[in-house]
Amino acid sequence: MNYSTVLFYIFALITIGSAVYLVTTKNIMYSAVALFISLFSIAVLYILLRADFIAITQIMVYVGGILILLLFGIMLTRKVTEVDITSNALNVIPSVIFAVGITAILIVIMLTTKWNIRAPLNNEVTVNQIGKMMLTGYLLPFEIASIVLLVALIGSAMYARKSKQ
Amino acid sequence: MEIGLQHYLIISAILFGIGLFALISRKNAILILMGIELILNAANINLVAFSHFGGIGIDGQMITIFVIILAVSEAAIALAIVLNLYNHFSTVNVDEANTMKD
Repeated sequence: MNYSTVLFYIFALITIGSAVYLVTTKNIMYSAVALFISLFSIAVLYILLRADFIAITQIMVYVGGILILLLFGIMLTRKVTEVDITSNALNVIPSVIFAVGITAILIVIMLTTKWNIRAPLNNEVTVNQIGKMMLTGYLLPFEIASIVLLVALIGSAMYARKSKQ
Repeated sequence: MEIGLQHYLIISAILFGIGLFALISRKNAILILMGIELILNAANINLVAFSHFGGIGIDGQMITIFVIILAVSEAAIALAIVLNLYNHFSTVNVDEANTMKD
């Protein structure tokens, strides 16, 4: 039982626990905070998997970008006089059964499959390799991703403002 | 006990189930978006875990980066749609937005 094992179990529990709290709480603000905690501990799991660049990207993009967008969305879509920002659920029992069934099937598949596990490569830093891959093997997806981001930015800014009629 | 590939796979399966539950049971459009983010994160954990334990190098992490990029654009556009929904119907509950024309 070394330190990384203990860290793994702690952050796995935090991830799952805050995700469960996200879907069970009534207040959407609490859900956003639970999503924040869950994404942060997923970044710790990435660090335990020796993926440091992905972990930093996760913190910067998800926690710093998407979560702020979601908070803006929550605050812009409620009336000022309206006190409660609750959200009630619908078809709880069938969706619990469905989600638990899918999860059980996935876990059984993952436990019974013989995965082709090799010894983990102990890379010190992944940033160098990712930078090289971005400009060699993944050059076309990289450029397409930049265009996709530009189009999404312009499109959402155009679509979110009120029409002048 | 050594932490192996299957621990990460089980965590991602549970996250996927929770995201699926949020996706199909909540009425609020923003909570549905949060469910989608959880599902994408489950896929990302799988990719990074296979990249680490499969001995295939850095390819899984590259795909994770592109998934994150697409998740950002998806969140931005979906929030623009949610704002428009709120302007039209004064609510973000997806079960009350049931007309195609106003």
